[in-house]
Amino acid sequence: MLLARIYVTFKPGVLDPQGEAVAGGLKAMGYGGITSVRVGKYLEVQLDLDDRDRAGQQVEEMCRRLLANPVIEEYRYTLEEPAGASREARP
Amino acid sequence: MKFGVIVFPGSNCDQDVYHAIGSVLCQPIDSLWHGATDVSGYDCLVLPGGFSYGDYLRAGAIARFAPIMPAVIDFARAGGLVLGICNGFQILLEAGLLPGAMRRNDCLQFRCQWTYLKVENNTTPFTGRFHAGQVLRVPIAHGEGNYYADAETLAELERKHQVVFRYCTPTGEVTPAANPNGSVGNIAGIINQEGNILGLMPHPERCAEEILGGTDGRELFASLVDWWQRGDCLGA
Repeated sequence: MLLARIYVTFKPGVLDPQGEAVAGGLKAMGYGGITSVRVGKYLEVQLDLDDRDRAGQQVEEMCRRLLANPVIEEYRYTLEEPAGASREARP
Repeated sequence: MKFGVIVFPGSNCDQDVYHAIGSVLCQPIDSLWHGATDVSGYDCLVLPGGFSYGDYLRAGAIARFAPIMPAVIDFARAGGLVLGICNGFQILLEAGLLPGAMRRNDCLQFRCQWTYLKVENNTTPFTGRFHAGQVLRVPIAHGEGNYYADAETLAELERKHQVVFRYCTPTGEVTPAANPNGSVGNIAGIINQEGNILGLMPHPERCAEEILGGTDGRELFASLVDWWQRGDCLGA
């Protein structure tokens, strides 16, 4: 079993209206040091696989085809074993 | 001219399209369930508005992989007429049949209102009844209609006259205040380079009869029928 933790975020330069609204809220609360907030998505995908390379290929393909829209988003993920060992891959 | 309107789980404008084309324009139209895999025999396919698959992940992202979509993509790539309205436009973007992507409206509100649209290209099969620069009044209803394309794609869209509709003022001025969602270049609708696939966020089916408060939408559908009856060919 492997657990993929997937983070999907807007590419730099793509306007994030939600992030701007959250930044505005935080500033209104008195947090003066904020320069930017970006809101993204976090997904956990459980894979019935032990082969990290195969799992990595599958997650990579899932991200490219469905989980992220390459026009506006980028993604990164980690693969974890139940023991908790992790490794991060960036496309 | 035979139309097909595709019904995804969560589509909610398919009946309006069915009525506008079937009852107002008196053209044959069938509803096609998203699980179908055959679209042969149709002259135009319409992907309607709504919230296909709950708009989960991103609007249109899951619908783009519906069982019917390979047939729709083949139909479109072979030059078949395809119209994507609102969620249908989002699905066409996700499927890569039109360039760009949708972001959440810059105002973060769901916008349900009448808008004015400037006709930027009246030489398409969808816009023959309009004159260039004509101002249409067509309603929108969406939360994710903030069209985005990178600078290079945008320049190409402009150069090839693929921007068909832009949000404007009632007098046809394209201004930031007339832009309801933050779309780059006030873009409300685009067409592919070949000219057979149109996507737009406003709803022509919601203004296809006087009783609905406007008839500009009817003229878009009627343009398609004119084009078909003339036997025009794209690229001719």
